[in-house]
Amino acid sequence: MADLAAGARGYGLIVAMWVRTTMTYRMSFAMTALGNLLMTAADFAAIAIMFSHTDVLGGFTFAEVGLLYGTTSTSLGLADLLLGNLDRIGGRIRDGTMDTLLVRPVPVFAQIAADRFALRRIGRVLQGLIVLVWSLTALEGVAWTPVSVLLVPVMVLSGAAIFGAVFACGAAFQFWATDAAEVQNSFTYGGNTLTQYPPTIFSKELVRGVTFVVPLAFVNWLPALHILGRDDPLGLPGWVDFASPLVAAACCALAGLAWRTGLRGYRSTGS
Amino acid sequence: MRGWDGLRDAPAVQALRLYGLVAAGGFRRFATYRAATFAGVFTNTVFGFILAYTFIALWHERPQLGGYDQAQALTFVWVGQALLAPAALLGFGFQEELQERIRSGDVAVDLYRPADLQLWWCAHDMGRAAFQLLGRGVVPLAAGALAFELALPTAVHTWLLFLLSVALGCLVSFAIRYLVGLAAFWLLDGQGINLINSLVAMLLSGTLLPLTVFPGAFGDVAQALPWAAMLQVPADVLLGRHTGAGLAGALAFQAVWAGALLAAGRAMQAVATRKVVVQGG
Amino acid sequence: MIEVEDLEKVFSVRRRAGRLRRTRHEVRAVGGISFTVPRGEMVGYIGPNGAGKSTTIKMLTGILTPSSGRLRVAGIDPAQERTRLARRIGVVFGQRTTLWWDLPLLDSYRLMRRMYRIPDDRYHANLARCTELLDLGDLLEVPVRQLSLGQRMRGDIAAALLHDPEVLYLDEPTIGLDVLSKAKVREFLRELNADRGTTVLLTTHDLSDIEQLCRRVMVIDHGRLMYDGDLHGLHAVGESERMLVVDLERELPPIDVAGCRTVKVEGPRQWLAFPAGASAAPLVAEVAERWPLVDLSVREPDIEDVIARMYA
Repeated sequence: MADLAAGARGYGLIVAMWVRTTMTYRMSFAMTALGNLLMTAADFAAIAIMFSHTDVLGGFTFAEVGLLYGTTSTSLGLADLLLGNLDRIGGRIRDGTMDTLLVRPVPVFAQIAADRFALRRIGRVLQGLIVLVWSLTALEGVAWTPVSVLLVPVMVLSGAAIFGAVFACGAAFQFWATDAAEVQNSFTYGGNTLTQYPPTIFSKELVRGVTFVVPLAFVNWLPALHILGRDDPLGLPGWVDFASPLVAAACCALAGLAWRTGLRGYRSTGS
Repeated sequence: MRGWDGLRDAPAVQALRLYGLVAAGGFRRFATYRAATFAGVFTNTVFGFILAYTFIALWHERPQLGGYDQAQALTFVWVGQALLAPAALLGFGFQEELQERIRSGDVAVDLYRPADLQLWWCAHDMGRAAFQLLGRGVVPLAAGALAFELALPTAVHTWLLFLLSVALGCLVSFAIRYLVGLAAFWLLDGQGINLINSLVAMLLSGTLLPLTVFPGAFGDVAQALPWAAMLQVPADVLLGRHTGAGLAGALAFQAVWAGALLAAGRAMQAVATRKVVVQGG
Repeated sequence: MIEVEDLEKVFSVRRRAGRLRRTRHEVRAVGGISFTVPRGEMVGYIGPNGAGKSTTIKMLTGILTPSSGRLRVAGIDPAQERTRLARRIGVVFGQRTTLWWDLPLLDSYRLMRRMYRIPDDRYHANLARCTELLDLGDLLEVPVRQLSLGQRMRGDIAAALLHDPEVLYLDEPTIGLDVLSKAKVREFLRELNADRGTTVLLTTHDLSDIEQLCRRVMVIDHGRLMYDGDLHGLHAVGESERMLVVDLERELPPIDVAGCRTVKVEGPRQWLAFPAGASAAPLVAEVAERWPLVDLSVREPDIEDVIARMYA
C-alpha cells in the first residue's frame, strides 16, 4: 500500500513536469493532439463507409456499433495515455538506462510509465468520447434504467483498467524478450479493433477466447449487450454483464504479479 | 583492350554494385531483429483475423460489394496484412532517421558523399522491403489461406506479375516517404508531417477497406492517387482483376507515379542541397 | 557505513551449443568478497573490465540482488529496501546519465527535489554550492542532450548530491573528460569529502583519480578482492620497485651494492632498482660513500605497472 502511494506520487510528479514542458509549446501540442484524434478517427471512417453500404452489421445498427466503438476506444485511449509509455522498457533494458531508474526513490513502474508522458494522446480519448456521445444520442429503442446509465462510465473505466493491465503485462514480458514490444499491440490495439465490432460477427471460439483467456469481452461487449438488451452469443449467466470491475481488478492484480516477477528477474540477472 | 575488366570498372557497374551492397545492408539490418519480426508476424496475423471477420460480415450483407466476392475480399485483407510492413502502408519508415540526420546537420556529410542521397536511401529501403516481404509477408498470408477460403491464383505468371506490382508499389511508397523526410529541411520537427503521412497512407492505400468500396467520387479520386499503387493495384493484380491492356495500364499507373514522385524527390533534394551549401547546414 | 561480508553473485548464462541446443553455465561475477568502509572514507575500487566492479556497485546500490552474503549500506539491506536506500545514497554512472535527456538541467533538479523530498533550504543551499563549485551557472537552462560530456558529468554529480547522500558511488566519473573537467571534478570531490564527510566509493580506469583522491584502494580481479589497503602498500604487494638514478663523475663499471640491482648503465649515469617498500636512505648513503657521486634522484614506480603485474 505504501508502495502504491509512493508510486502514484512519483508518477504525478514526473507527469506534471512533462505536461509543463509540453505546454510551453501550446501550438505544437494542439496540432499533434489533433493529429492523434484524426489518426484514430480513420478506423471509424472505415466503419462509416461500411455502413454507407449496409444498415446492419452482424445484426447491429450503426449507432449500436458506435456505442461499442466509443466505449472501447475511450478505454484504450485512457490506458494508452496513462501507461502507453511502458513499452519503452525493452529499450531501456537494452541500452542500460534501466539501472538509473533503480537508484531513485520511486517505484520503477511509475517512473517508466510517466517518462516522456505524451499528453497529445488525449486525442484518442477525445475521439472515443465524441463517438460515444454521438452513439448515445443516436441509439433508438434502448430502455435506459439507472443501472444501465451507471454501467456506461463503469464500463469505460473497467475497460481502461483491463487495457492498462494488458500494457503492464506486455511491459513485464519485455523483461524476457526485450525487443518484442509489438506483441502487446495485438492485445491492445488489436483488442480495441476487435471490440469495436459486435461479437456476433466473430467465430464462437474467438469470442470464447477473449472472454476467458484474455478477458477483452469485459471491456465493453458484455456490459454493452446488457444496455442494448441483447443476449450474448455464449449464453453466459446475466450477472457477468456487471462483472467488468471485478475482472479489471483481477487483471490488474495479475499484471502487478507479472511485473514484480519480471523486475525480480531483472534484479537477479541484470539483463 | 576492353574486356570484362573494362566493363567491371565502368561507372554504371560500380554504382550498381554500391547500391546493391546498400540494399543488402538494409536487408541484413532488418533480418537481425528476430524477435521484432516474430512479433510483427503475430500482430499482422491477429489483425488479419479481426479484419477478415468484419469483411465476412459486410460481404454477408452486401455480396459482390466493390466488385469482389467474399473470397476475393478476404484475399484483399490478407494481402493487405502481408504488405503492411514491406510497402509501409502505415507510413512509418526510414524517413524518421533521415529527418534526424537533417535536424542534427549530419546530412551535410551525406550530401558530400560520392553516393547519391536518394539512391542510397532507396536501395536501403528496397533491401528492407525485400526482407519484410519474406519475413513478415509470407506467414500471415499463409495463415489466412489456411483459415479462410481465399481467391489465390494458381498460375505462376500471376504471382510474378504480383511481385512486380509489389516492387513498384514499394518504390512509390519510398518516393512519398522520401519527400516527407526531406520536408525536415523546412520544418522545425517532422512529427506533424509524419502523422499526416501515416493518416493519408492508412486511409488512401486501402489498408482499412478496398478503395473500390469507398463511396462515389471519393472512391474514384482515391483510386487515381499514388497511394492506390501501394496495395490496391498489387492486390487487384493478384486477384486477376486486370487482364491484357488493363494489366499493362495498372502497372503503368504505378510506374508513372513512381517516376513522377522520384523526380519530385530529386528536385526537392536539389533545392535542399542548395540550402545546405548556402547556409552551411 | 558500508559493510560487506562474503558477498557473492553468480549469474547463470545460457550459451549456444550447436544449432538449437543451449547449455547453462554458471559465471561467478563476484566470489565471496568482504570489506567495510567507515563513514567519511574515500575508497578507490579498481580492476580490469569484467572483474566484478560494476556487479559489486550494482549490489551496493540495490540494482542487483546478491546470490549470497551479507550487505549493509547505512544500516540498510539494499536488496530489501531499495527505495529507502535511494534517499541516502547518490549514484553517478560515467557512461549514462541519470538526468532527463530532453529537459534543461534545472528541470531535472526541480524534479529530483520533489522526488527526494528535499527541504527547501537544503535544496537551495546544495544547488547554489554545486552550481558554484562545478561551474554550472550557464548550463542550468540547457537541455541535457546539448551538454558536452564533461558538462553533463558535472551536472550528474550535482544531481547525485542535492539530497545530501551519506554515500556517493562514482562509476567511472572521469571517463572521456578533458583535463580541465577532470581537475574540476576531482577538486570538488576532495572538498566534498573533507567538508561534508561524505563516504565515497570510486571505480575508475584512470589510476591518477585514485592517486589524487583516495588513501585506500581495493583491487578486484576475477570476482575476488586481491588487495585492500593504502596505496603505498599496494607497491609492496605488487613487488614493485623504485628506481635510484645516480650520476657519477665519470663512466664506471656497474655499481654493486646489497639490496639493489643495477638495471641500466649509460655513460656516467646508472639506474639502480630497489624494493618499493624499502627506504632509500641507507642505499644513498652507501653509494655516496663508495662512489664519486655528482647527482641523484629517486623515481616512484608507476602504479599502472604495479596493477598490471598484479593481474598477470
